[in-house]
Amino acid sequence: MEENLLIVENVEKSFGSQKILDGVSFKLNKGDVKVIVGPSGTGKSTLLRCINLLNPPDKGKIYLQNTEITSLPHSKIPSIRQKIGMVFQHFALFNHLSAIDNVALGLIKVKKMNKTDAYNKALRELKRVGLDQHKDKYPAQLSGGQKQRVGIARALAMDPLLILFDEPTSALDPELIGEVLQVMQDLAKDGMTMICVTHEMGFAKSVANEVIFMEKGKIVEQGPPLKLFTEATHPRTREFLSKISELYGESEKK
Amino acid sequence: MSEINSNLFFLFKNLPLLLNATLTAILLTFASILIGMVVGIICTFLRIYGSKIVKKIEFAYEWVLKGTPPLIVIFIFYFGLGKYLNLGPFLSAALALGLRSSAYQAQIYRGAVLSITSEQTEAGLSLGLSKVKTFSIIIIPQAFRLSLPGFTNEFTIVLKDTPLAYAVGLVEILKAGRDILNQPLTQSITGSNITGSLNPFAIFVVCALLYFILFEIFSYALQFLSKKYEIPGFITDKETK
Repeated sequence: MEENLLIVENVEKSFGSQKILDGVSFKLNKGDVKVIVGPSGTGKSTLLRCINLLNPPDKGKIYLQNTEITSLPHSKIPSIRQKIGMVFQHFALFNHLSAIDNVALGLIKVKKMNKTDAYNKALRELKRVGLDQHKDKYPAQLSGGQKQRVGIARALAMDPLLILFDEPTSALDPELIGEVLQVMQDLAKDGMTMICVTHEMGFAKSVANEVIFMEKGKIVEQGPPLKLFTEATHPRTREFLSKISELYGESEKK
Repeated sequence: MSEINSNLFFLFKNLPLLLNATLTAILLTFASILIGMVVGIICTFLRIYGSKIVKKIEFAYEWVLKGTPPLIVIFIFYFGLGKYLNLGPFLSAALALGLRSSAYQAQIYRGAVLSITSEQTEAGLSLGLSKVKTFSIIIIPQAFRLSLPGFTNEFTIVLKDTPLAYAVGLVEILKAGRDILNQPLTQSITGSNITGSLNPFAIFVVCALLYFILFEIFSYALQFLSKKYEIPGFITDKETK
């Protein structure tokens, strides 16, 4: 029996008169890595923000472990969000806190863990992303790649059911992208469930089990990466994928 | 004896009066700043999170207080409201200077809160923090640091506006200086052969000096606070770039 971890059903979202998401549906199993690609302004980020209810959908339903989260009362929303990790394009580290405090904050304030346990766990997560040496540094003292790895450790510390990555490498200098992708690949191999909005096609090819191509608020085509890259049925998919493969495809070849 | 000696004698004799007046000036500054802070923080919330009408009312409140000379506001509280309730000189001045300061402090805090990106809030919410906790744990500590330089400025401005309370008879530093000047000279020098008159220049320079010393102390203390709470790498990076 297959139990879907996450089901997105016909989700619609508008900002003002502009429709950003126009009936998006997909399913996610435990351990899945989905990569969402598409031109800018297609609603990829909005889709992620719908899933963790930062921008609740106008229509449609989202189920997490068979619980409909789109109809929950406001008071229950924080308990859903702590099960869904989020990694931001611009890192969004808490500037006034050191790396380890960034990671431990959720454990102490949300999970009510005692401080010793929280800092031990935070240190383990920083070690996992290779930053235990930098635990006392503040965000302004870290490079972009290091900041993003702290961001990933912060999401990991909460033991989430899945992690949403919102263009995690697009604000980085080219030479810093590799270290972040490496951490994400390791996570994928460890069986973490992930939805990544990214144009890193190397990453998509090596770890994604499905690529979703979105345009104008709709899913145009989805399928295993190899299939989509070699025999996409929709001409627009072919055009887009060949364009970004030219731009980004090589960065993962080592 | 020389004129300088007579001036010194006078000042020395009136030292308790001057020190009391200094204390009053300090208390008035603190009371005004505190009123300004409480009202200013409330205004900040209303302006950022309030409904459209609330925002407009808050805007009008700031606009009126920024556009009115503080002395007039003091008079409104002391003489204008004096008909209905007797606030006394200290409270009238503290309310007037405090409300005026609240308009400026609201602007300082609002700028600080708005300069913190919405991603910070989203990151807090994503961890499962409530809105209130996100605001108190993530936004306020950063906004506090960002407002300190502006707050330091506002604090010293309020300090230097306290002599306005002279106009309603509060014995702060300037009024004390004036009172000393008005004392009949002969009365104070019984038993000594000091002659001459008190020099207004000397007494007002002393008054100015007292304000300047207070200004230095408070600026230094607030700068120390800024340094203490500075986020490592955060400020210096921007300055060196």
